[in-house]
Formats: sequence, C-alpha cells, structure tokens
Amino acid sequence: MSTEDYREAVSFQLADGVPPGPLNGRAALDGHRPAEPKADTIDVWDRRIARGLAFLRRRLAGAYEVDEFGFDPDLTDSVFYPMLRVLYKDWFRTEVFGIDNVPDTGGGLIVGNHSGTLALDALMLSVALRDTHPSDRRLRLLGADLVFRIPVVAELARKAGATVACNPDAERLMSGGELVGVFPEGFKGIGKRYADRYKLQRFGRGGFVSAALRTGTPIIPVAIVGAEEIYPILADLKPLARLLGIPYFPVTPTFPWLGPLGLVPLPSKWLIEFCPPIPTAHLTEHADDPLMVYNLADQVRETIQATLHTLLEKRPDPFGL
Amino acid sequence: MVTYSAAAPPRVVVVTGVSRFLGARVASRLAADPRIERVVGLDPHEPPTALASLLGDVQLIQADARAATGAMDDLGAEAIVHLAVTGAPDPQHGGRAAMKEQNVIGTMQLLAAAQGTGRLRKMIVRSSTAAYGASFRDPGVFTEDTEPRAVPRGAFARDILDIEGYVRGFRRRRPDVAATVLRFAPLISSTADTTLTRYFAQPFVPTVFGRDARLQFVHVDDALEILHRSVVEDHPGTFNVAGAGVLLLSQAVRRAGRIAVPLPEGTLSSVAAVARNFGVGQIGLDQIDLFVHGRVVDTTRLVKEFGFTPRTTEAAFAEFIEAHRTGSALTADRLAAAETAILDGIRRVRAAARGNP
Repeated sequence: MSTEDYREAVSFQLADGVPPGPLNGRAALDGHRPAEPKADTIDVWDRRIARGLAFLRRRLAGAYEVDEFGFDPDLTDSVFYPMLRVLYKDWFRTEVFGIDNVPDTGGGLIVGNHSGTLALDALMLSVALRDTHPSDRRLRLLGADLVFRIPVVAELARKAGATVACNPDAERLMSGGELVGVFPEGFKGIGKRYADRYKLQRFGRGGFVSAALRTGTPIIPVAIVGAEEIYPILADLKPLARLLGIPYFPVTPTFPWLGPLGLVPLPSKWLIEFCPPIPTAHLTEHADDPLMVYNLADQVRETIQATLHTLLEKRPDPFGL
Repeated sequence: MVTYSAAAPPRVVVVTGVSRFLGARVASRLAADPRIERVVGLDPHEPPTALASLLGDVQLIQADARAATGAMDDLGAEAIVHLAVTGAPDPQHGGRAAMKEQNVIGTMQLLAAAQGTGRLRKMIVRSSTAAYGASFRDPGVFTEDTEPRAVPRGAFARDILDIEGYVRGFRRRRPDVAATVLRFAPLISSTADTTLTRYFAQPFVPTVFGRDARLQFVHVDDALEILHRSVVEDHPGTFNVAGAGVLLLSQAVRRAGRIAVPLPEGTLSSVAAVARNFGVGQIGLDQIDLFVHGRVVDTTRLVKEFGFTPRTTEAAFAEFIEAHRTGSALTADRLAAAETAILDGIRRVRAAARGNP
C-alpha cells in the first residue's frame, strides 16, 4: 500500500470511521474517556483518528479473529453496520416492534418473509437486532448456495456472518447459542412481482422447522414490511435470467433503464415486528415427523401473514414518514 | 494361537513412506517407544541423508508394498501405519503418474498384503480433509459423517477419495482389524516443507480474487502425537485432525507479513499451470479448490476419543511465521510503528497550528 493510499484510507476513516460504540446510540462515549491517558489534550477527532488507525493496523496485520464459519465481527461492526445503518435509519426510517420476543441468550430461529429483489431485508433485520435488542444480538443469516457461488459476494456474506442454508450449519449455529435468520420463501419471495406484494409464497420443505426441532430451539416468526417497495418488479425476463443463470431478471421502474442508478432503492417506510416465540424443546423427538414439521411450518407462515396485514394497516402510505 | 489383549501396544509395526518427512518422524518415534519391539520402514525409495539419521533404530526394507506382500506376514506385523500418501506431484520422481501410482495403487497393494497378514490388529491410514471434496453447497463445517457432494478437481483430493474407498473395503473384509483413518488438515510447523508452507513463504502470494477461504492447519508435532497414540492405543474409526479455530487466507497472508496478489480464478489456474510446466511453483487444482471453497472440520470426535487437543490453527501458524520471518514486508511491528508515527505527526501539526493562530 503506497503512502497515498494509506492517507486516503485514513481520511476515509476520518469521514466515516465512526466508532461502532457511539453509533449504537447507547454505548457510552464517556466509557472510553477515563481510559485515554491525555484526556485534556485529545478531543473527539483525535480519538477517532486514533481508532481509525488502530483499525487499519489491525486489518493490515491480520490481528483479528474469525469464527469457523468465517464471521468477522471486527469488520462487521466497524465497516458493514455503519454503512447499513445509513439505509436502516435515514433511508428506510425503520421501526421495530416486539423486540422483547427475541431471547436475551441462547439459540433462536428467526423466520421472516422475503422480498425486495435484492435481499436487503435480511441485512436490515440483522441491523435491527444488533441496534434495538438489549443484548445487541447478532443475526447469523442462512443464504442460498447461489450467494456463495458469486465471487466477492460470497466473501462478504461469510465475513458478515452468513453461511450456506443447510441443516448441519443451522443446527451447529443454533446449538452454539446463535440467532439464525432464515427466509424459507427463498428466491420465490424476493423475485415475486410487485402485484403479489405481501403475499407469502410457498415455504419449501420446512427444513428450517426440522433443524429447530432437532436442536429444541424456539422459532421466532418476524414480519418485515417495506422491502416490497424498494425495487418493485414490474416484469421478470425469464429467458434472460436463464441465459445468465440467475433465478429471475427484474424489470423495475428504474432498472435496467437507469443502469447503476437503478440500484438505488426507493425510500419506503419499513416496519419490522418480531412475533412471540414458538417453543420446540418438547418436540425434539418429532424432528423427522413430516406431518409435525409441515404443521409447524404452516403455523409460522400463518403468523407472519397475519402480522404483515396488521403492520400494513399501521402504514397506509408506503412512502410516508 | 496367541491371543492379544486389545489394549496392549503392538510389538511389530510396519511404517510405509519412511523416505519422507512425516513417515521418518513417525517411525523414529515408534522405535523410541520401549513398548514396541520392532519397527520396520517400508519404502521403495531410499531415505535422504537428512532423514536417515532419524531412522537408526528402524529396520528399512526398500521395496514397494507388492514386493513386500510375503514379507508382511513373515515379519509378523501387528500394526501398519500407511503414510506413503503424497500431496503433490514431484517432477523429479515421475510427476503425477508416479504420484497416482504411489497413492492409489500403492494403497491398494498394501491393503491386499495386509489382508493376508494373520497377526495384524491395527491399520492406520493417513488421509486428508480433502476427502470432503469441494462444492458450493458444502456445509461450513465438516463432521466425519459429511459425504462429499461433488468430486473434487484436484488430483490429490481424488486420490484421497480412492484411498478411503479401499479402506472401507478392507474394513469389510477384515472386521477384526481396528482401522483408523486420520483426515489431516494441512500440516504446518517451523520446519515442515509442504506445498502450502512454500506458498506462504513467498514474498508475494497469489490468491483467488473475490474469495477468502477459511483455512485450518495442524501442527506436525500434534499430528505425530495422534499417529503415535493410534498405534499404541486402540482408536478405530475415522477422525478429523486439525487445530481448532480458523484463519482466513487473507488473514494468514497478512499475519505472515506477505502481500496478497488476488487473481481471477481462471487466470490463477492458467498461470499456475504454466508455472508448473516450467517447474516453478506448485499451485495445483487442489490448492485452487482449497482457496475457493475453504475447508473447516469439526474435531470433537478426535478430542473425545484421543483425549488430546491439538494446538489451535492460530498457534500452529504463529510458529510457522516465527520461523519464516525473512521475506515478510508488512510486519506487525512496522505497522505499529507507522501508526505511532502518523499519530505523532498529526499531533505535532495540530500543536504547531494552535501555537500560531
């Protein structure tokens, strides 16, 4: 890295390198003050520069930890979350309900509705948990294998804590006391047309239910309103999608007409509601019972669909404040 | 007919692949164990002088397994440690053809010979975590029960699948023999010389663009300990052998103070192929598969069965870095010095600016 790049990187940190703590809105800036040796001569900017430089040094020296799935908490808290928070707070004005339904400790399976062409809803859901939950919980997302086929995207997804949607990984994470986020609709959900907004698609084979049953982890349904409007799909060019090997090729009011500008999401108002957890600890022996799995998946689906309707009533104007 | 107690260490042990680093070390450690009467080293090649000193107490038979079929029974081998498994083709010794001959055919012949060895009680085979293949649908962490989802592209990985297949057949035919298959993560230590250690010792390290593989290593000393315990104790089954924890490839490169050169996967494959043809560099499809997919295994079963925890991946890699200080560009000390210098500079400028308003 040349000196020029280094400076540039430093100045990037100056502008955006906001320490993760203060941005949470809760973490105490004051908590850091006594630790600073020369508190009288050092002001806020000095501290930010110092923290930015320390972050850069840690990154360049490889002095950070990743877990066995490749999750990099240092990078996620210092780079990914500050960027996502801009969308979460200022762009989508997200409001969260029922955060008390997410347990403070231990595993949990968060099952949500999926929409929005690009899976921004998953990312916003993880910001919501990190920022509004009293224990700053992290969400470990399960992604389709397509995500892990694409270079760069695969790398970022793993570093942000995601892994391939498969039962061994889901069970391993939940047994380790993690919150796992899953969207059983998959591509059927995010790739559906605007006309079908807020209509839940099929929930697949309910693999997520058997993973929860096998580990006795509570299932927490979550309804996300707002993602449907960010890139409204007017048409899906199926032949082009097949040619490119992707599940759908969206045509939105802005994409592909405006090129890269079409990637700017529309500023819809977002509401996220966590529903009461469904305990499964007493059902562990039914993990392989297809009827039980199917009924439970259906129950989760009904809960999300009903919550979506109540949330939509709270939000008459999709782009209102 | 003599009966043996299952717990007693075997008296006669045959070790294959003693002309190589790991084989020589295992044989010498077994020979030093007073409970074992006789250690026989079996290898078609003569051990290099550097390793010959280790093999003072080991009886060497310079032959391949086929020629030794009769000898195996005559020796009264009670345990066989099969380590003649090569990770990369050696251009000086016949390249890929010789590698496959040794790995696949060699294992087949050895197991055939072992089948006819009446006193045999233990069969220990060196395998690799490459046995899990490489697929985008793979779970993040492999347990011993994970089946490979796609046939890997790398030559070594395909050999490993064949070898494990033969061992499964052997287990069926000789259920009385306790077969231990050890799936090792890449071996590392301050002195080990493998494709991967040579890779990390270069000043500029080619990596795959847009991928950051999760890597695990196991320290050679821990691998030796596990191998030794599988001979003197009874641990039938298949076990992952790796250090706990994970290093990302980029992180490992940075910790080693090297500079990563990310290349698109296709470019890296062709550059590596050209380099191999010129006899420089040894990055093969095995390494590229590893760099694209990464490979992390669960070692719960190993720790529980052997009562031994290998040192962590991080610790094993740290020892390797310590021994390969030369050639590193961006060391942690230099970065820390740069950080302090910049901070001091900013403070001086600000102090000066405050002094002259």
